[in-house]
Amino acid sequence: MSTTRQRFDFGRYNFILVPFIAGGLALLVGAVIIWLLGANPIEAYIGMVQGALGSPNAIADSLVKAGPLLFVGVGICIAYRGGVINIGGEGQIVIGALATTLVVLTLSGLPSLILIPLALAAGFVGGGFWGGIAGFLKARFKVNEVLSTIMLNAIAVQLMTFLLNGALMDPTSLDNSIRIPQTQRFPLWTDLPRLIPTRLHAGILLGVLIAVLAYILLWHTTIGYRIRAVGFNTVASKYAGINVGRYQILAITLSGALAGLGGAVEVMGVNHRLFTDGSATGFTGNAGFNGIVVALFGALHPLGVIPASFLFGALLTGANTLQRTVQVPGAFVTTLDGLVVIFVVASQIWARRRATRHAMPELPPQDKIVPASTT
Amino acid sequence: MNFWANIFSAGVSNGTALLFATMGELLAERAGVLNLGVEGMMLMGAVAAYGTAAATGDAWLGLLAGMLAGGFLSLLHAVVVISLRADQVVSGLALTFLGAGLALVLGEGLASARGVPTLPIYSIPLLDQMPFFGPVFFDNKSVLVFVGYLLIPILWFYIYRTRAGLHLRAVGEYPAAADSLGIDVYALRYFYVLAGGVLAGLAGGAITLSITPGWFSEFTTSGYGWIAIALVIFAQWDPVRAAVGAYLFGSLRRFTLDAQGIQNVFGIANPFFYDRNLQFFLEMLPYALTILALLIGSRAAIRKRLGAPAALGLPFVRGERGTL
Repeated sequence: MSTTRQRFDFGRYNFILVPFIAGGLALLVGAVIIWLLGANPIEAYIGMVQGALGSPNAIADSLVKAGPLLFVGVGICIAYRGGVINIGGEGQIVIGALATTLVVLTLSGLPSLILIPLALAAGFVGGGFWGGIAGFLKARFKVNEVLSTIMLNAIAVQLMTFLLNGALMDPTSLDNSIRIPQTQRFPLWTDLPRLIPTRLHAGILLGVLIAVLAYILLWHTTIGYRIRAVGFNTVASKYAGINVGRYQILAITLSGALAGLGGAVEVMGVNHRLFTDGSATGFTGNAGFNGIVVALFGALHPLGVIPASFLFGALLTGANTLQRTVQVPGAFVTTLDGLVVIFVVASQIWARRRATRHAMPELPPQDKIVPASTT
Repeated sequence: MNFWANIFSAGVSNGTALLFATMGELLAERAGVLNLGVEGMMLMGAVAAYGTAAATGDAWLGLLAGMLAGGFLSLLHAVVVISLRADQVVSGLALTFLGAGLALVLGEGLASARGVPTLPIYSIPLLDQMPFFGPVFFDNKSVLVFVGYLLIPILWFYIYRTRAGLHLRAVGEYPAAADSLGIDVYALRYFYVLAGGVLAGLAGGAITLSITPGWFSEFTTSGYGWIAIALVIFAQWDPVRAAVGAYLFGSLRRFTLDAQGIQNVFGIANPFFYDRNLQFFLEMLPYALTILALLIGSRAAIRKRLGAPAALGLPFVRGERGTL
């Protein structure tokens, strides 16, 4: 067992327990940090809960924030189950949103019944393409996907900035020469339908549907079985006749595609236009990274990601109040993210001990010549 | 100074921060521990260094604080992956989040700090008079640039020519064998992860106190932490190649700026001069070339079947059978 790269995986018994203990510990350490900053942690947390859940509008905002986290998080699950780590959510969201924008703006004459699915599909394909590049580089040239996806994020942002400063820039902005790097507002008939009279849109339902489909794909189809087999043990998979590279590419392509779909939903459901502040975060709100935390918190299971994304959506919405109530910067949430991941991953050792106690069979040895983390 | 001397001169300065971070990661990986949290440690180092310098008025004290901050974060990683034997990739990512988040929280308001001292700048007499090499390497350089020059041969000698360096490599290549010879695998791994963190913190401090003084939120380190990890692979875990790579990437960063300033290249109109909007392609260049560098490094690793320390990314469990 020790020759295996100690992959992060929950035992069956820790599915619920571990995330909550880790989350609790993270909040505890977070409280200490808030206290060290000279603010009252209890006041801060109460403010966050009120900010996230205090009114119907706040709840709707939390759900809207959960949307991209859900799409990215489910994608991360698929990639991780396939033994690929996708840090490229930011770039894939951006490219997906760009593809959607191109389709909406060039085909805006089509009726919404055709245009909306087409635009969503464009986001799916765009994000998938961007993720697929990293998958191809990994499978063909053994390029570390963690690094290539980070670099692809930066490239995607520059591409978006280039297009929004030129070809895609709002014509009225050009006429008045104010030159804001954003597109025109999309036609009204491409807006995703609102669920209740708040900002909440139908994209979140699509996200839940996608999570269920991803679960079925991973655990009830041959393709999903092979993806998981490759992630579990590349050598054994190879001997079983599975084309390892192909399923690695598939896993990260699907992962990117879902992030891209998240970008499409965000641009059609929330902003109705693409804009940039020169970085990715302006548009994505860091969903590409937060999605990873959500996936880990959701035990790397698509169905676990559903509640996890709602929780983190609420956390992000609540964090907006931190500055106002206790003068703690909103970036505190990123700190909490880091703490959650640290505690979740550190709990592995107990999950593993428990698994051993329950006499689970030992994992077969992994390929150890070029460890997974560097290939 | 001519065009290229300008670029390489800035490249050596930029590259010094990259050099420290790359050397730190190289040491940790040589000991078998992958730490993807370099960006987080650099940001923590950057903010701690700048904040301390702003508060005390002493740049050296600031630099020390930066190194301590980077080291502190790396210890967290060490506990999680060495003692608790958790997934190194995920723990490294956590470090990135944690470092960036803490740095942003602590650095709130620091961007407007005024009169923060910077580290001294020196020229080496005589050497700085050399054509081309003088201005590139020895004229008007931060003291840390010279520290970088010293670090390269020292690390090379340490890794390849000393007993301690042999132990370092043994722990990364075959910890069980090292263990059987009485080398304390855990202690050494802790030490080199810590050294990596201190160097990453130094890299962050070098940026805020010397190379581009100031704190500009998470863009301060401009992704150097990630490029450093890529450079380690590109350099095939060799400190001299890592240094060359660091200086070249530093130069590239300056090249993307300067390339917009020339009207004509060999008599051909320079598109980047006439169309400002094309600058975004220049800004992509460092990242695209990083992928290319990874491609080259990874291919070399496959061809030679060496390069990466064999136990990189694998936890060590003392006395367990079959441990690599």
